[in-house]
Amino acid sequence: MDVTQDLKKEINLYLKVFGALAILTAVTVAVASLKVGIGFAIIIAMVIAATKGSLVASFFMHLAHEKRLIYLLLVITLVLLLALFFITYGTIGDQVGVEIVS
Amino acid sequence: MQIPYTVTVRPDTGLYNAKLGIWLFLASEVMLFGGLFSAYILLRSGATSWFVGSEELSVPIGTFNTFVLILSSVTVVMSWASLRMNDLKKYKMYMGLTILLGLVFLVVKVLFEYMPKIEHHHIPSSHNFFAIYFVLTGLHALHVVGGLIVNGYLWGPGSKMWDTDPEQFLNRIEVAGLYWHFVDIIWIFLFPALYLL
Repeated sequence: MDVTQDLKKEINLYLKVFGALAILTAVTVAVASLKVGIGFAIIIAMVIAATKGSLVASFFMHLAHEKRLIYLLLVITLVLLLALFFITYGTIGDQVGVEIVS
Repeated sequence: MQIPYTVTVRPDTGLYNAKLGIWLFLASEVMLFGGLFSAYILLRSGATSWFVGSEELSVPIGTFNTFVLILSSVTVVMSWASLRMNDLKKYKMYMGLTILLGLVFLVVKVLFEYMPKIEHHHIPSSHNFFAIYFVLTGLHALHVVGGLIVNGYLWGPGSKMWDTDPEQFLNRIEVAGLYWHFVDIIWIFLFPALYLL
C-alpha cells in the first residue's frame, strides 16, 4: 500500500516537471523573438536550456537521489567538458572578430 | 554462466552493474556531443558571416519536436513507474507511446526539415552553418534511431523477461530510460543553439 502511495507522489512530480519543461520551452522561444543583443540572448537561452536539462536529469533520471560514485563520475565529466570548451576556445580567443588575411 | 550484479547491488559501487555502465556510456556521449558543440562555437565565432538560425530553420517545427521529445521523456518514465506497480499493460502502453513519439520526431525531422533543405541546396557543402547543423542534428537523430530499436525490443520480444526475471527487466527499462532522457537533454541544448540564436 505504502509503495503505491509513494509511486503516486512520484508520478505527480513527473507531471509537474513536464509542466515546467513545457513552460520553459515556450519562454525560450518567446525570448528569442524579442531580438535582444546576441550576447544577452546566448546567456538567456543557455541558462534556460541548462535549467531544463537539470530538471530532466534530477527528476526523470533521478539524479537527485543517486549513489556517490555516479556523482563523482559526472563531476569528472563536467570538468573534462569545460576543459574541452575553454582550452579549444582559448586557442582562437584572441582572433575572434579579426579578419583572416592570407 | 550467471552474469553477476544484474539485479543485486555490487557492494563496492553500491549499484547494479548496468546502472554504472550506462552512466559511463553517457559520460562518453557528453564528450562526443561536447566536442561537436565546441566545433560549432569555434566555427561560428571564427566565421566572417553566419546565418541567423531562426531565419534558416523553422522555429515552429523545432518547437514542436522539442515538445514531442519532452513528452516522450515523460512517457518513458511512466512506463518504468507502471512496471514498478506490476502493471505490464500500462507499461506497454507508455513504452508504445514513447516509441510512437520517437517516430513522430524522426518523421517530422526528415520530411519537414531535411528534405526541403536538401531541395533548396542547403546542404553541408553550401555553408558551415548547414555543415554543423546536419552533423549535430544528424548524430542526434541517429541516437533517436538507436533508442527506438532498444525501446522497440523491450516493448516487444524483450518484454517476455517480465515473466522470467522481473527485477532484471525493471532494471533494463530504467537503463533504457536513462539513455532516452539523455537524448532528450541533448536536443534541449541543440534546439536553442541552432534554431534560436
